[in-house]
Amino acid sequence: MSSLEVTIGNLALRNPTMLASGVMDETAGSLLRVARAGAGAVVTKSIGSEPRKGYPGPTLVELDDGYINAMGLPNPGIEAFAAEMREARSCLVPVIGSIFASSPKEFSFLASKMQDYGAAAIELNLSCPHAKGYGMEIGVDPETVFTVVREVKSACSIPVFAKLTPNTHRLLEVAKAVEAAGGDAIVAINTVKALAISAEIRRPILSNKGGGLSGPAIKPIGLRCVYDLHADVNIPIVGVGGVENWRDAVEYIMAGASAVQVGSGVGRAGLEVFESICTGMQAFMEREGFNSVSHMVGVAHE
Amino acid sequence: MNKMRIATITSVTKEAAGITTLRFRDDAEVKPGQFYMIWIPHIDEVPMSASYTSAEKGITIKDVGEATHALSSLKVHDRIGVRGPFGNGFMISQGRVLIAGGGTGMASLLPAAEAIDPGRVDVLIGAKTSSEILLLERAKKVSNEVHVSTDDGSMGKKGTVVELVQEHLEAKRYDMVLGCGPERMLSALLKVCDKASVECQLSLERYMKCGAGLCGSCVIDGVRVCKEGPVFSSAELRKMKEFGSSKRDECGRSVRL
Ligand SMILES: Cc1cc2nc3c(=O)[nH]c(=O)nc-3n(C[C@H](O)[C@H](O)[C@H](O)COP(=O)(O)OP(=O)(O)OC[C@H]3O[C@@H](n4cnc5c(N)ncnc54)[C@H](O)[C@@H]3O)c2cc1C
Ligand SMILES: Cc1cc2nc3c(=O)[nH]c(=O)nc-3n(C[C@H](O)[C@H](O)[C@H](O)COP(=O)(O)O)c2cc1C
Ligand code: FES
Repeated sequence: MSSLEVTIGNLALRNPTMLASGVMDETAGSLLRVARAGAGAVVTKSIGSEPRKGYPGPTLVELDDGYINAMGLPNPGIEAFAAEMREARSCLVPVIGSIFASSPKEFSFLASKMQDYGAAAIELNLSCPHAKGYGMEIGVDPETVFTVVREVKSACSIPVFAKLTPNTHRLLEVAKAVEAAGGDAIVAINTVKALAISAEIRRPILSNKGGGLSGPAIKPIGLRCVYDLHADVNIPIVGVGGVENWRDAVEYIMAGASAVQVGSGVGRAGLEVFESICTGMQAFMEREGFNSVSHMVGVAHE
Repeated sequence: MNKMRIATITSVTKEAAGITTLRFRDDAEVKPGQFYMIWIPHIDEVPMSASYTSAEKGITIKDVGEATHALSSLKVHDRIGVRGPFGNGFMISQGRVLIAGGGTGMASLLPAAEAIDPGRVDVLIGAKTSSEILLLERAKKVSNEVHVSTDDGSMGKKGTVVELVQEHLEAKRYDMVLGCGPERMLSALLKVCDKASVECQLSLERYMKCGAGLCGSCVIDGVRVCKEGPVFSSAELRKMKEFGSSKRDECGRSVRL
């Protein structure tokens, strides 16, 4: 029987699906629920140093083929998150702590906290497209990214993943900076800068005006990023963007991803999405003669 | 999939002090107990239960803060954005139904009452004082048995609506209780129903941002109130540790109710 188990650096996963940051992952209860639904790992909401309310509504626009969101990084702050992690750790799968910060020092502080809380790995949010002073404002500069990753690596011993933005022509340079600084994996992509306007109201719908596009609408963009990254860097890649069935997941893996994350798919296809991706992928692998997921990684390049 | 539509206000009714009903046209099919996300341009977007589910929809708003104040101040011809309907809504069951509402809770219960034949539904409405008793006339149109309780005794029975429910459950046989109101009232209501071995469906409120089952801000014990709720059965409620004790604030912090 084909095996769905994968490893990313030294992190072993029962299957290659993970919950993406920002979706049903702000509380222990929801993280546990997604783990029970079949995800191979869960990533927490991006957590900062202080509690943040996020933006007023509307924070989400629904489209036929995705969403545009500008939540504004709401989160309870790293201190209050200790209680959620304490409970979430009891789930059967790795809990990856996502963090956002405005300086290398703040990133290191948050990462060591997450490690103390029992996170299996850190995901650095270097890519949120709609929060001033955070996310992609930091993540589009290779030198800054190098410093952040290097300092976080020296502040903790668990694997460090860097989540990158597609909203730059310097993606490959940024990814190489992550690799050079000792980063353990690259997660790509975060949302794509986007806007929605109401004709009758004559203004943007989101209170923040600009937002980030996710879901099937960005799958081709994510696939292209992962394909290019695989050709240029040697650390593992986690593919994100519009994954909601086994075929999407297999396409990302063939482009070069070792695992995939699902965000919008949880809203669009429901929590069954993890199990249905795994079942479909297993059947596909058996049909096509793949014994393990690692044998499919990057085959589109051969 | 729930795209934003722009709707024009067709009527504004002042129901009681600080309580306003807005009607607007929206073609979506809405079940009793479901809710909309209502966009007040330039201000905010907030969840509101549908208080009318016919072609001309309605929401009934209690003015408690910036967004609800702005909504309560809208006039005929003003425009709002609507997304939805969201959530599961009430399951209209067979047999005798007892409906119990506190505050604006009556807003989402009345469409449910209207969906049941008048002969088998009784309605109990509670408030602090008589001027805050809501939607009494509309309730009388759908049920021959409408009773009121007020904390100060200025109208109907003096006491809480939960005490009124208890009296009814002792006097008569019901097959289902539908409830909506402040959570402490609901948690007392569940106890009373459990004691009388009558099933209930209660509608909960949590902080909602996306409304679409994505962001997780509305979860209670890992369950999304916007998606799997807002209406939960006795069996579901009994399993929830946070029910009646804590909720999440806009940052996701756990706070006592
Ligand atoms: C499913 C559901 C149905 C609802 N139906 C009705 C209704 O029919 N009529 C009615 O008057 N009210 C209803 N509410 C409550 C209503 O959404 C809040 O009163 C409103 O959002 C307050 O906004 P504000 O800016 O006026 O007040 P604020 O000053 O911003 O807040 C006052 C209080 O309202 C609550 N609140 C604020 N924003 C939200 C939000 N986005 N989601 C949930 N709660 C919030 C918080 O507890 C807060 O403490 C419902 C809420 C939910 C979740
Ligand atoms: C509502 C919402 C909130 C998000 N919040 C975060 C976040 O806090 N941190 C982060 O790194 N990415 C966040 N993202 C981005 C997702 O993790 C993911 O990268 C993106 O949505 C693309 O994947 P998808 O198409 O599967 O949704 C968010 C996405 C959505 C839709
Ligand atoms: S409000 Fe976002 S999941 Fe319920």
